[in-house]
Amino acid sequence: MLFNEEFESLPREVLQALQLKRLEQVISRVYHTVGFYKKSFSEAGVSPGDIKSLDDIRRLPFITKQDLRDNYPFGLFTVPMSNIVRLHASSGTTGKSTVVGYTKRDIETWAELMARSLVAAGLTKNDIIHNAYGYGLFTGGLGVHYGAERLGASVIPMSGGNTKKQIMILQDFGPTAICCTPSYLLYLAKKGEEMGIDMRSLRLRVGILGAEPWSEKMRQEIEDKLGIMALDIYGLSEVMGPGVAMECADGRHGLHIFEDHFIVEIIDPKTGEVLPYGQEGELVFTTLTKEAFPLIRYRTRDISRLMVEPCKCGRTYAKMARVSGRSDDMLIIRGVNVFPSQIESVFVGIEGLEPHYQLVVDRQGALDTLEVRIEVSEDAFSDEIRTLQKMERRIAKDIKDYLGVTANVKLVEPNTLKRFEGKAQRVIDKRDIQERR
Amino acid sequence: MQVEQISVFLENKPGGLSYVTKVLKDANINIRALSLADTSDFGILRLIVDKVDSAKGVLKENGFTVGRTTVIAVEVPDHPGGLHSILDLLAKEGVNVEYMYAFVERSGENAVIIFRFDSVEKAIDVLLKNGFTVLPGEKVYGI
Repeated sequence: MLFNEEFESLPREVLQALQLKRLEQVISRVYHTVGFYKKSFSEAGVSPGDIKSLDDIRRLPFITKQDLRDNYPFGLFTVPMSNIVRLHASSGTTGKSTVVGYTKRDIETWAELMARSLVAAGLTKNDIIHNAYGYGLFTGGLGVHYGAERLGASVIPMSGGNTKKQIMILQDFGPTAICCTPSYLLYLAKKGEEMGIDMRSLRLRVGILGAEPWSEKMRQEIEDKLGIMALDIYGLSEVMGPGVAMECADGRHGLHIFEDHFIVEIIDPKTGEVLPYGQEGELVFTTLTKEAFPLIRYRTRDISRLMVEPCKCGRTYAKMARVSGRSDDMLIIRGVNVFPSQIESVFVGIEGLEPHYQLVVDRQGALDTLEVRIEVSEDAFSDEIRTLQKMERRIAKDIKDYLGVTANVKLVEPNTLKRFEGKAQRVIDKRDIQERR
Repeated sequence: MQVEQISVFLENKPGGLSYVTKVLKDANINIRALSLADTSDFGILRLIVDKVDSAKGVLKENGFTVGRTTVIAVEVPDHPGGLHSILDLLAKEGVNVEYMYAFVERSGENAVIIFRFDSVEKAIDVLLKNGFTVLPGEKVYGI
């Protein structure tokens, strides 16, 4: 089933012609309305008139998360605030988050793409959708919500947390689909089992899971424990939110990218060179239809590869493989984006602590855990246990307040954290989720 | 009237404590009294040694986080109720004991207890006024 049969199954030549027409329009628009683009295009020696084919996109410069931060909060919007109907922001410390705006039409486009995603997962207006993505600045909750309403399905705006209530609603309301992070679904399954509930007997039949890296092994586990089909959804707030790409229930091999609204490229993260289909590299997105906050060649830092083999579902879009990692040091912990530098900025504010630290990320059962190991300096040391414990608790609280992740803070002896070539190994990720297919 | 105590941060792992004692042994430093306070993750080793400065120096050189705290050594009558007489007095005077530990050796007829108080000056004052003996550092390091 396709939600928008006309666009989702366009012959590729027609699709590409549509992409080119939309690309020309958006390039011209950003060039003339946003100082940043005019400057960066000029520096690269390109003007809108030079873009005559889809391959010409390679002549345009990339835009990075740092550029977004430099233009915080609204510097890259192409419409006045009076035309913006919604703001979202990516996770991160104040001032370091990236803010995205949507016009009324952007919200409609997003709802359509999300509805397409739900249909790709085999859902119809007769389904009841339990939406456990967080509602708020994060795009997950409202993104899925509007898509579900657009489809005409019944949506339960559950948001995150409150696991016991989630399980009660799963039992009592009988949703047929659930949207959340894969690790949270495993956590729900475990809690349900502990409460003596047969999670396979629920009416759930589909899980639409994303916002963090996961693996085929986790998919198997989720499907076994809950007796559902688990599908991968991709999106990021900068580009739109959930619904940029979706795995279809028919193919279950890669995620269809809604190419009538986005151009996707894979590049070598080191050189920036565009790589051919099939090769692994960093995903780069250009938005074709967004009004308020178009992005031209946005470097996502997500590592994947592209496939164009026809799919039995009938969609003609290219597919991306499940994201296998990052080309920067960003960690995704329980769905929250965390940069080690943000954690560091938390202890810089605490007197006497030296920035010798290490982050250990692991997965216990279904949930990610973050351990922050910090070397105790002489200035921070006390001969009283309670003073040191108070410091541990304070750091943990600050990390929770600023970043929204729960950390287990552990003080360690100086010089115990491994250093390579003088540079500390800041992050140890023990989660075995970066496996390649 | 005050005694210098060295404190060392230790992670809770095998060999941590023995490395401290090795460093002190190699520097020919004698441990006079010690206590170990611990949590599930880490511990704090508190030491009274015969050579405070060199002990602190060698431990730092060997990568430990070392602190220095002022504590008080008090002679306690070595009979039932001896310690209680001191604690009872301090409680009545509103002096709080942060921690305490005992010396193995005696000072004459008396036991020796190391105290860490929230207010050191007041504690010394109260103890002396009530006839207790507070030992000076030089005497304690050599007991």
